[in-house]
Amino acid sequence: MEIKEKESVVVRFSGDSGDGMQLAGNIFSTVSATVGNSISTFPDYPADIRAPQGSLTGVSGFQVHIGAGQVYTPGDQCDVLVAMNAAALKTQYRYAKPGAAIIIDTDSFGPKDLEKAQFKTEDYLGEMGIDPDRVIACPLTTMVKDCLKDSGMDAKSISKCRNMFALGLVCWLFDRDLNVAFNFLREKFAKKPEVAEANIKVIQAGFDYGHNTHSSVANVYRIETKNKVPGRYMDITGNKATAYGFIAAAEKAGLKLYLGSYPITPATDVLHELSKHKSLGVITVQCEDEIAGCASAVGASFAGALAVTSTSGPGICLKSEAMNLAVIMELPLVVLDVQRGGPATGLPTKSEQTDLLQALFGRNGESPMPVVAAASPTDCFEMAYAASKIALEHMTPVILMTDAFVANGSGAFKLPDLKDYPAIQPPYVPEELRGSWTPYMRNEDGVRYWAVPGREGFEHILGGLEKDDKTGAISTTPENHDLMTRKRQAKIDAIPVPDLEVLGDKDDAELLIVGFGGTYGHLHAAMDELRARGKKVALAHFRYINPLPKNTAEVLKKYPKVVVAEQNMGQLAGWLRMKVDGFVPMQFNQVKGQPFVVNELVEAFNQIINK
Amino acid sequence: MAYTNNDFKKGQPRWCPGCGDHFFLANLHKAMAEIGVAPSQTAVISGIGCSSRLPHYMATYGMNTIHGRAAAIATGCKVANPDLAVWQVSGDGDGLAIGGNHFIHANRRNINLNMILLNNRIYGLTKGQYSPTSPRGFVSKSSPYGTVEDPFRPAELCFGARGHFFARAVATDAPGTIEVLKAAYNHKGASVCEILQNCVIFNNGTHDAVYSKEGRAKNAIYLKHGEKMLFGENNEYGIVQEGFGVKAVKLGEDGYTEADVLVHDAKCEDNTLQLKLAEMEWPIALGVIRDVEAPTYDDCVTAQIEEVKAKKKYHNFAELLETNDIWEVSN
Repeated sequence: MEIKEKESVVVRFSGDSGDGMQLAGNIFSTVSATVGNSISTFPDYPADIRAPQGSLTGVSGFQVHIGAGQVYTPGDQCDVLVAMNAAALKTQYRYAKPGAAIIIDTDSFGPKDLEKAQFKTEDYLGEMGIDPDRVIACPLTTMVKDCLKDSGMDAKSISKCRNMFALGLVCWLFDRDLNVAFNFLREKFAKKPEVAEANIKVIQAGFDYGHNTHSSVANVYRIETKNKVPGRYMDITGNKATAYGFIAAAEKAGLKLYLGSYPITPATDVLHELSKHKSLGVITVQCEDEIAGCASAVGASFAGALAVTSTSGPGICLKSEAMNLAVIMELPLVVLDVQRGGPATGLPTKSEQTDLLQALFGRNGESPMPVVAAASPTDCFEMAYAASKIALEHMTPVILMTDAFVANGSGAFKLPDLKDYPAIQPPYVPEELRGSWTPYMRNEDGVRYWAVPGREGFEHILGGLEKDDKTGAISTTPENHDLMTRKRQAKIDAIPVPDLEVLGDKDDAELLIVGFGGTYGHLHAAMDELRARGKKVALAHFRYINPLPKNTAEVLKKYPKVVVAEQNMGQLAGWLRMKVDGFVPMQFNQVKGQPFVVNELVEAFNQIINK
Repeated sequence: MAYTNNDFKKGQPRWCPGCGDHFFLANLHKAMAEIGVAPSQTAVISGIGCSSRLPHYMATYGMNTIHGRAAAIATGCKVANPDLAVWQVSGDGDGLAIGGNHFIHANRRNINLNMILLNNRIYGLTKGQYSPTSPRGFVSKSSPYGTVEDPFRPAELCFGARGHFFARAVATDAPGTIEVLKAAYNHKGASVCEILQNCVIFNNGTHDAVYSKEGRAKNAIYLKHGEKMLFGENNEYGIVQEGFGVKAVKLGEDGYTEADVLVHDAKCEDNTLQLKLAEMEWPIALGVIRDVEAPTYDDCVTAQIEEVKAKKKYHNFAELLETNDIWEVSN
């Protein structure tokens, strides 16, 4: 048996939507993370809720990337493909690297299965041009039945354990410690120990099968761990991390957390997550529409809560009016935009970065609003916290942008300690202003003070009409409107944000890659690959988009070549050109609804360097 | 602490002279003083329109927000701080046209808001277009040949949305309006008060039949829970049941006596008769038409939070983290 040392490995589990591929993938990533490998995962769901069993449209996949050092993406293509049926092999093989190991359940490749998967002959491997030596073909269903025949479980429950056999096989392939998986299952099925033990038995059977049968044909991979950061970790998706960020910020600020929302893919999981945590006092209102989601959040903000509304691009269209109300009333609000493919209903389950200009400008009037974007699933926590802090301390709505890729993907999340996070201190109106206070009086940062209803002596009215700077009464005076417009703008411009960090060859790069938000992993991986090939490349990735970091112009003008790579037609590039005099970057734009492919980036950037 | 009207008054209203909103505002000040909730514990939230200027003339907390969204904004305000007395003020356009969706859902949820609907059957601020309560055939700037659509009847919409409180008053009728506003405050849940209000500029006379005291004596009936439905200058008329509906009869005529007259039951869960009363064209029903207790959304939200707090073992962020599958990476 040959043991291959690898820097990183990508495994893709695929099967019917009901085959439990996500659970298998999750356990595998947890098992790997426990030994200190870095992980990045991404689920690939079909658009149909329940497509017919065995059909091509019903295949769902779950990709796990594990690495000795840092991995930044779930990987372009996989080293190991698990295909639980014929349809999965047919649709998922395109995600396999040349030479990848393929694990199939031969019990699911019968004549009917092949027909449903639109194979023409019984030689499905030949049809797809797959070398049989690379295939671990096992009668997986039969073996699972055998393994559990004395368990007393019914056929359906037994069949649900097939994913664990596949997991056992993969664990053998990567020499993983099964005890971690066992503990995971015992905890997950704490209330149904018999289910846990059945699953455990099947994992062990899968592991043993690999060990006994395939020791002569397959490689066993070993992923060593480098640069371990000791600590306690959990696997977290971007949407869950976003929800956690809001919870953390509310607790730090000592405020109630209010979410007004309306279900929309791919943002709904944030509503689901926050709805669970009533024991933390979180209030979630599933509103009658997107408009009410945002409007009710504005009401909750007025009442003194950390108010959040969550949605995707189509929802932002509807919320923009109430967002603008929060702009002119200068009330804190966080608007989460989990971007998906557009325009209109577009590609609801797919990922794009096409809402940036909408976030920056999609409202009537001069309506400056801070915009921040999360770079990875775990970064969603940091940016949700940062967005909340900006909103509360600067009395403004803030747009937090993530995307379907980051929201559904997951990574290893080092458990944060709130003690390490900066305080959140809203500008409550000081007691000494009682009697002289008016609603638009500002502190030294140009921020309006917050008087929360219930406080005697600070009764006031806010509203969508322009107000007098001094008295707070309705005003249409030309000079006052001009002044208030400038004050609202100046307040946003003055928000302190961290400097733009340059990664890679920051002193002598011939090419600077620029991106924002959820493409960070892919751009970083592309940079690493180019540097491994001896090129001088750097990456500047924006998480703070409005206001831009102070050193933006300096960074962008420092390098001979700059390419702005984004999943839209050039929205960040346009924004930077507007804000940085004379800056004309090259652009790499893709609007496919799919994450970037690192190899394509490398090729494109290489061409730019060689030009 | 006892309050007076002045504790709730602020500024100089800018409505047209003679506008029904002036009368309503004065009545609201009086009602709030009588209710006795402190201005600091009161939030008045409106949308856009002539009547939505009202919060500017209140010494309470308030917001004059955006068109149609007052009910949604008030919902968030009330849920986030259930201790506040929250009043939502809208006109017929704000509340029933652009804000129709929020109106019905606030009623369905039964959130504890006092929802004032100032109905003048016209768009005033935009200078005279028909509204969703303008009658069919109504001639306005945007319907020079008459409208070809039927109006909403606010009570019908409220009941259709499973509303539990509906009352009606005439803006110029101080005792009637104050009584209705106090009842709305005392009702726990969404309380809709339709205020018949006259626009002197664009729809003058729309409520003429009941706008004066004399008119009301002839053309209105004040409904009181538990009392016989008698009306007329000398209580010579009464409301009786006829088939599936109700009708007004003159006592002593056609064999009707006081014994035939219905007793008003605002607390009746079944809204069938209440709807019939609300929709009468003569007499026009005033007072509290429906007032049925039901669980309120804000109470239920609070109760559910307390219930889950008692049941679950995690109560802060650090404890929340521990509910996940955690692994440890050591050196």
